[in-house]
Amino acid sequence: MTLTTPVVAEEAGRAAAPAGLSPEVILHVDALRKKYGTSEVVRGLSFEIRRGECFGLLGPNGAGKTTTLRCCLGLIDPDGGTIEMVGVPVPNAAREARVRVGVVPQMDNLDPDFTVRENLLIYGSYFGLPRTVLENRIPKLLEFAGLGNKRNVGIRTLSGGMKRRLTLARALVNDPELLILDEPTTGLDPQARHLIWDGLRQLLAAGKTILLTTHFMDEAERLATRLAVIDHGGLIATGTPRDLLQQHVEPEVVEVFGDEVRVWADMHGRKLAQRVEVAGETAFCYAADPQPLLNDLATRAGVRYLHRPANLEDLFIKLTGRELRD
Amino acid sequence: MSIATAKMWAPPSLSARFVPVWRRNLLVWKKLAVASILGNIADPLLYMLALGYGIGSLVGEVGGMSYVAFIGTGMVCQSAMFTASFEGMYSAFSRMHMQRTWDGIINAPVSLDDVMLAEWLWTGTKSVMSTAAILAVIMALGYGHTWLSVWILPLGFLVGLTFGAAGLVMNALAPNYDFFTYFFTLVLTPMLLFSGVYFPVEQMPAWLAGIAGFLPLKHAIDIARPLMLGHVPEQILLHVAVLLFYAALAYYVALALTRRRLLK
Repeated sequence: MTLTTPVVAEEAGRAAAPAGLSPEVILHVDALRKKYGTSEVVRGLSFEIRRGECFGLLGPNGAGKTTTLRCCLGLIDPDGGTIEMVGVPVPNAAREARVRVGVVPQMDNLDPDFTVRENLLIYGSYFGLPRTVLENRIPKLLEFAGLGNKRNVGIRTLSGGMKRRLTLARALVNDPELLILDEPTTGLDPQARHLIWDGLRQLLAAGKTILLTTHFMDEAERLATRLAVIDHGGLIATGTPRDLLQQHVEPEVVEVFGDEVRVWADMHGRKLAQRVEVAGETAFCYAADPQPLLNDLATRAGVRYLHRPANLEDLFIKLTGRELRD
Repeated sequence: MSIATAKMWAPPSLSARFVPVWRRNLLVWKKLAVASILGNIADPLLYMLALGYGIGSLVGEVGGMSYVAFIGTGMVCQSAMFTASFEGMYSAFSRMHMQRTWDGIINAPVSLDDVMLAEWLWTGTKSVMSTAAILAVIMALGYGHTWLSVWILPLGFLVGLTFGAAGLVMNALAPNYDFFTYFFTLVLTPMLLFSGVYFPVEQMPAWLAGIAGFLPLKHAIDIARPLMLGHVPEQILLHVAVLLFYAALAYYVALALTRRRLLK
């Protein structure tokens, strides 16, 4: 993707300060609650997103990510709490808020009956944008999405990556201040994911604000300037990736593999590392100083291990546990 | 009543924001217009010609008009009914459920109420198109007596709104396409047989004719036949009111059920 023309800076002169809250805050969620029947899916969730940042909302399946986004967009009414998006109260004035927000949904919903270009044109019409504005904007968006030569092609012939890029371009058709992406790269191959990430980085460089949900930690690591880990509908931790890692996880990790690993961990590993978790045939050993551990492993012939710095995946697992979510 | 229930049954919001959504459907339709119109009118035209001339040669005039014109007028109404039902069920279900087109639209500053209003008016629009095509054939055969028969076009729109809304009720409840079969078996087929499409309702026993008085298609036909013959229908206000009543009621239920289905 190339953002040669600043689609996104087109209306740079627009008043940046929303009424009410501090001008930096573009999304304010306070004590949000949502119940389905007797199960409370979101339980008093609060967070803030500031203008220009990429905020990652992380959580396992069923943590309440999508429900939170739907509340922010005003598509469902919360059972409690307040939301203010782009300076507008939601859900009361949700429609006014959505005028200035772009959404990339989890599942593709491009219009299969239209071409690439028509998809942007029609979607732009839902924002009440005049045709001349759209005709001016669409070539830039197509170029940004790397779909310039596909403009008159039907949606059905596009690859998964192309569809996602078009969906991203579609979310920019109203030149939004805030871009909301719900698991934007789920189901894409590595090449296609990198292309999406490049596009998002360009948008950030151009001053857009991004709210991203994901359960891919490498995605959060690459993009998010700040993140929140949520589980069971509540906030577990929030901060910059670096701060969160420092606060919650030992800096170095040694992964030890093998069928005897559990025995080794109980006899030796736990004495040499600050924290050891065994999952299947892998022992994850967390330590500030891994040298004693590495010395021990070096004496054992045939043991395979991997020494690496701690990452967001370690943080995520520590905060949300290893058990499977469905 | 809980807040959620109250919101579900809130009055419809009517806004001009429906226009781009309605236009979207029109633009898709334009790509396949010929096939679409043929699909909607082939059946009724074949019935009109085969039964009109076949049975018409046996029965002669029915209700003061040739049997071809009699059944042709019935076919205009039934094609409006089927076109809108089909659009409100299968086509709306494709857009709502299979393609998630509505999900995309309501992320823009368009509400679900706007989408529903657009879809509803679109069912009426499609009915006008099939009504116009069949009416043109009837006129070409020389059966429309005066320009009064052109009023059958807005009637087609109203019939479309009535059955389109009923189709949208089914759409809001449907787990899959097969579900719509119930509507054909339980609603459309009886409607077709007992509303006076093929023979005058008065030919049936009094109790059955009495029941037919509640069928919206019967009221549509009671408006269409006099118009075709060139005079203003008796009790036209009553017939229009019945159609409007069913249309509004069904739309309100469809809207509430769709809100319940999608806004959660």
